[in-house]
Amino acid sequence: MSNQPKTLFEKVWNQHVVVSPQGEPTLIYIDLQLLHEVTSPQAFEGLRLTGRTVRRPDRCIATIDHNVPTVLAERFNIVDQIAAKQIATLRANCKEFGIQLFDIGSREQGIVHVIGPEMGITKPGMTIVCGDSHTSTHGAFGALAFGIGTSEVEHVLATQTLPQSKPQTFRIAVEGELPKGVTAKDIVLAIIGKIGTDGATGCVIEFAGSAIRALSMEGRMTICNMSIEAGARAGMIAPDETTFAYLKGRRYSPQGAEWDAAVAAWSQLPSDPDAKFDRELVIDATTLVPYVSWGTSPGMVAPITASVPNPADTPNESDRRAFERALEYMDLKAGTPLDEIQIDRVFIGSCTNSRIEDLRAAAAIAKGHHVSTHVSAMVVPGSQAVKDQAEVEGLDLIFKAAGFDWREPGCSMCLGMNPDILTPGERCASTSNRNFEGRQGRGGRTHLVSPEMAAAAAITGHFTDVRNWAEISQTAEVN
Amino acid sequence: MEPFKTITALAAPLDRVNVDTDQIIPKQFLKRIERSGYGEFLFFDWRRIQEGPNAGSPDPSFVLNEPRYAGAKILIAGKNFGCGSSREHAAWALSDFGFRAVIAPTFADIFFSNAGKNGIVLIKLSEEDVALLLDRAAQTPNYELTVSLENQTVTDTQGFHATFEIDPFRKFCLTEGLDDIGLTLRHAAALDTFEKQHDQANWLKPKFSEASV
Repeated sequence: MSNQPKTLFEKVWNQHVVVSPQGEPTLIYIDLQLLHEVTSPQAFEGLRLTGRTVRRPDRCIATIDHNVPTVLAERFNIVDQIAAKQIATLRANCKEFGIQLFDIGSREQGIVHVIGPEMGITKPGMTIVCGDSHTSTHGAFGALAFGIGTSEVEHVLATQTLPQSKPQTFRIAVEGELPKGVTAKDIVLAIIGKIGTDGATGCVIEFAGSAIRALSMEGRMTICNMSIEAGARAGMIAPDETTFAYLKGRRYSPQGAEWDAAVAAWSQLPSDPDAKFDRELVIDATTLVPYVSWGTSPGMVAPITASVPNPADTPNESDRRAFERALEYMDLKAGTPLDEIQIDRVFIGSCTNSRIEDLRAAAAIAKGHHVSTHVSAMVVPGSQAVKDQAEVEGLDLIFKAAGFDWREPGCSMCLGMNPDILTPGERCASTSNRNFEGRQGRGGRTHLVSPEMAAAAAITGHFTDVRNWAEISQTAEVN
Repeated sequence: MEPFKTITALAAPLDRVNVDTDQIIPKQFLKRIERSGYGEFLFFDWRRIQEGPNAGSPDPSFVLNEPRYAGAKILIAGKNFGCGSSREHAAWALSDFGFRAVIAPTFADIFFSNAGKNGIVLIKLSEEDVALLLDRAAQTPNYELTVSLENQTVTDTQGFHATFEIDPFRKFCLTEGLDDIGLTLRHAAALDTFEKQHDQANWLKPKFSEASV
């Protein structure tokens, strides 16, 4: 049995089986738990109530990202007293249990799924959990990483393990060269549009194929990040030279002889050539285009060249009603060309698209132009380190000159737990991951796009096919 | 957690697909540090009129605001219930509101796990069965369902009878109301042995440079 070909997922899973009792879920060891202020307070309280403690504080790190204001002056004097109390509670819990906290004001603070990779805390072959569904991001390194609820956060704090039933495996191969102007975000939006928001429920997806191999680590993180939007338990990508080059020399990466040993171990992780997956799907990358979501579920996406689809074309009745409801909420009419939809706001940020390459790509579009007069646009770097790097490169100056707001790091308007929210009826081009009703603010209307597409929409005031940017940006329509 | 054996209770129909956890409990209520008291915020935006002079007051057209569904303990909904965010607050809100069981064609994975940890039984039935139950709950006054976890059945007094699948261990935990951490700690010796060995793998340490000095 041990000679059978295995998938990347199976190799990582097998290396973490503590015990597999008859008739019970398998107990899996967790190498790293990431913590933030929103989903942890009740878990720490649970420990106190039961007289338990944190088994391995050295396998936990914490940061403050969801509630933190993105305006500098507000970060150290948070007006929202409930949010301030939640943040203070995380500080107290980390102190009490000896957990390293990357606090507001530190050079390491940022969105938990941005800072883990950038410090080299996230590594191939690890099991990683966090009380946050976008933990799937870390799968880009060949880690098994998934979101959990607060009861499970408490379970991991107490035992460093989780009982888990073994998920199925789903290989999605994206083959061929990605056309110019089409990004990792478009790949994952296309996949979700194709398989649906429950298309990978119960599965761990392995993203493979030449188009995935060709992506940078940041592009890979964007794809794994949105695995959850296809219903997947996790997304994974096999570690390779790109992965190792990214990790080498990072603060918490192995060094010297240990680095060589680590690379040798990580090199064993990719799926064996004949490994069997429960499901497989092949996507032709050469046919992909920039996508825009038009509805209230991430599966409701269409090519920028298309129009808002017609619910009457949906055969299933419950889907059709969801479709009609979505159009009503979004205030859109079937048949409207997507590139004619006017927007009010632009949000460039979130654990999906707030890394330095995202900001470079958006800045390249914005450079020399100005945000449309009827649009308000903001850029929220994913971490303090991303912000610092962007400022070294002068990206902040490009954004500011173009009329974008340049903010401090955090989750911000991806979910609007901090002061950054849409007002009812506002329409936003957003680089985030969810277009649910009210996600960015009650009554707000979210359209998911890539950073390039968001920047282009900010300039023209409506969705714009970024593949034609060279020509469009010459016209008088653009300021 | 409260053990679940068999309940007979009023059933409320929520005829929507892809009900995400942002709808079940919106973000503004995730700032609290307590584990209880979320019931009043369940489906907060859907339960309230969004626009006009009456904005903010209860929307009489939303199913859970209809007096005839007051006290419902069973919720019937469309496919992919609980998708999106991992917030356990969604399960806390459903439980605090009084729901003990949700019936739908499919559930999202993280929500499925969270519900079980809070004593909520999630029952997967076929799309046809769910459509029938949604219809009956909407048409029949005081429509009650009996959910037997022991027998893994859902029945009504009009002759509806369906069986559902549930993982035997999950069933055991729900019927006994067991604490997961306590169950895991039965394996403490195996965990100690595994961990000692596993700690040798420096390449799986979160903070290598600090762990190695």
